[in-house]
Amino acid sequence: MLKIENVSVRYGRAVQALHDVSFDVADGEVVAVLGSNGAGKSTLLRAISATLALHRGTVTSGSVTLDGTRLDTLDPAAIVRRRLMQVPEGRQVFGRMTVEENLRVGGLAAEPKRRAAAKARVHELFPVLADRSAQPAGLLSGGEQQMLAIGRALMCDPVVLLLDEPSLGLAPQLIQRIGRIVTEINAGGTAVVLVEQNASMALQVSHRAVVLEVGRLALAGSSAELAASEDVQRLYLGGHADDAHETDAPARPRRILSAWKG
Amino acid sequence: MSTFVQVLLNGTGRGAIYALLALGFVVIYKSTEVINFAHGSLALFGGYIVFALKPTLGWLGAAVCGVLAAAALAVLIERVLLARAKLASQDSLAILTIGVDILILTEITRRLGTASAPFLGDPYQDVRLRFLGATIEGPELFALLTAIVLIGGFFVAFRFSTWGLTMRAQSENKEAAALMGIRSWRVTASAWALGGALAAIAILFIATLPVAGGAGLTAAHTIAFAAFPAAILGGLTSPGGAVVGGLVVGLAESSASQYIDNDFAKVAVYLVMLVVLVARPSGLFGKVEQVRV
Ligand SMILES: Nc1ncnc2c1ncn2[C@@H]1O[C@H](COP(=O)(O)OP(=O)(O)OP(=O)(O)O)[C@@H](O)[C@H]1O
Ligand SMILES: [Mg+2]
Repeated sequence: MLKIENVSVRYGRAVQALHDVSFDVADGEVVAVLGSNGAGKSTLLRAISATLALHRGTVTSGSVTLDGTRLDTLDPAAIVRRRLMQVPEGRQVFGRMTVEENLRVGGLAAEPKRRAAAKARVHELFPVLADRSAQPAGLLSGGEQQMLAIGRALMCDPVVLLLDEPSLGLAPQLIQRIGRIVTEINAGGTAVVLVEQNASMALQVSHRAVVLEVGRLALAGSSAELAASEDVQRLYLGGHADDAHETDAPARPRRILSAWKG
Repeated sequence: MSTFVQVLLNGTGRGAIYALLALGFVVIYKSTEVINFAHGSLALFGGYIVFALKPTLGWLGAAVCGVLAAAALAVLIERVLLARAKLASQDSLAILTIGVDILILTEITRRLGTASAPFLGDPYQDVRLRFLGATIEGPELFALLTAIVLIGGFFVAFRFSTWGLTMRAQSENKEAAALMGIRSWRVTASAWALGGALAAIAILFIATLPVAGGAGLTAAHTIAFAAFPAAILGGLTSPGGAVVGGLVVGLAESSASQYIDNDFAKVAVYLVMLVVLVARPSGLFGKVEQVRV
């Protein structure tokens, strides 16, 4: 349903951030996007949500389609109205607004009669958001802000949810919880594109995965396949499947992916 | 005592006018981060339309048209000049608005000529209210009442309505707002329209004898300029600060003209601004930029 075909992206004149990237996300699927810092993961999500212009970037070739509709010619608002939502890198909740207001903003593009149900679902997934509803979002903890960022995007009842490094900066138990939440959201029928540096969590909760390396698609396959593959083991999981936490990965300074066993 | 009450009344009346101007200015700044140096011209343009249409439409009809025209001109400036220069920095856009200001001011001054000093304020020109031995003139009284209603309405809308929600979301984080499906051009256009409309409403009270003195509409542009210190006093990004800043400017002006002299009053406003900025560089209500890394 979501189809990314030969997408190339450039920032300004000099930086070519993506080269010819293609992959699909089927209905109700979780696809992990792995890659080290600067590989182009966020750029890929920006290309899908059409927010590249806000970063002075442009899609120079290729196309993004959702159920046959070209998204790359639409503006971000039109894409949201097709119920494709992105939770951007670094949460980006509206810190000066209350938790409740953040959720209201998330539901602005939804059909009015669906908002109550969406909110009930968000509160069910994240009870803490119901408890903190009158509190300014800026005062929430990092983990709570991430939940709010996800909850805000769910207010639109998305068919596709793009998550940009939801585990960044969170404690191991919370990372595990985010993983479970992704599974839970997916169980409701939402397809998820999960950008992660935490490869082990991402490979656990996803059906398929793609690996970006300096702007190019380096690997693609089922998550089980990738989790077992030598390359991914060595580069992203920090060792071998059985003793990942004991074996040091070969020193490769460019890769700084974290490994986590959950 | 009655002199003091008079100073307070004059200051509050004028302050209400500045508050309307400064509020519009701040709303525009919040939505686009552009310092709109053409704000005085927006006001003047609205006033000119009222002046031109009054003979045919009567005061009320002309006033409505003037306010709408100023709102439309503000949106036009934003859409045609600012939105197209997307890659320009906020500073160069501010300089662009200086150009727009000069253009509009020159053209309207040319059209008005030097022969007459037109006034706009018919319906309340002869209204006067006596209060503790002091007098509040019609324009100032009506400015105060209008400002209370409009500013109150603004704050309710800003806090609770969907429009206010989108305004606040966009001014806080453009990218996140876009990702929530907020159409940024609509928010921006509505902010400019509101700024233009408030400026034109303010001029209905400025271009009157008690406020502008003998110069009427011709003096309006200069008087409207006091919206800048008002907005800056309030911290540029705070609507509440703009209102307080407006009142401070109005009171500074009226007390300086009462206790020192009229010429000093014009300077006093800027002196107060300097003093405040030295003590609190981000204004009375300005938020110190906090960057989380
Ligand atoms: N606004 C920008 N202007 C110029 N270059 C940019 C911009 N944003 C990103 N880049 C460059 O594009 C490349 C891809 O960046 P991107 O943010 O997509 O990486 P990422 O995979 O999300 O990294 P991270 O894991 O650190 O978030 C990097 O080389 C980066 O320096
Ligand atoms: Mg990134």
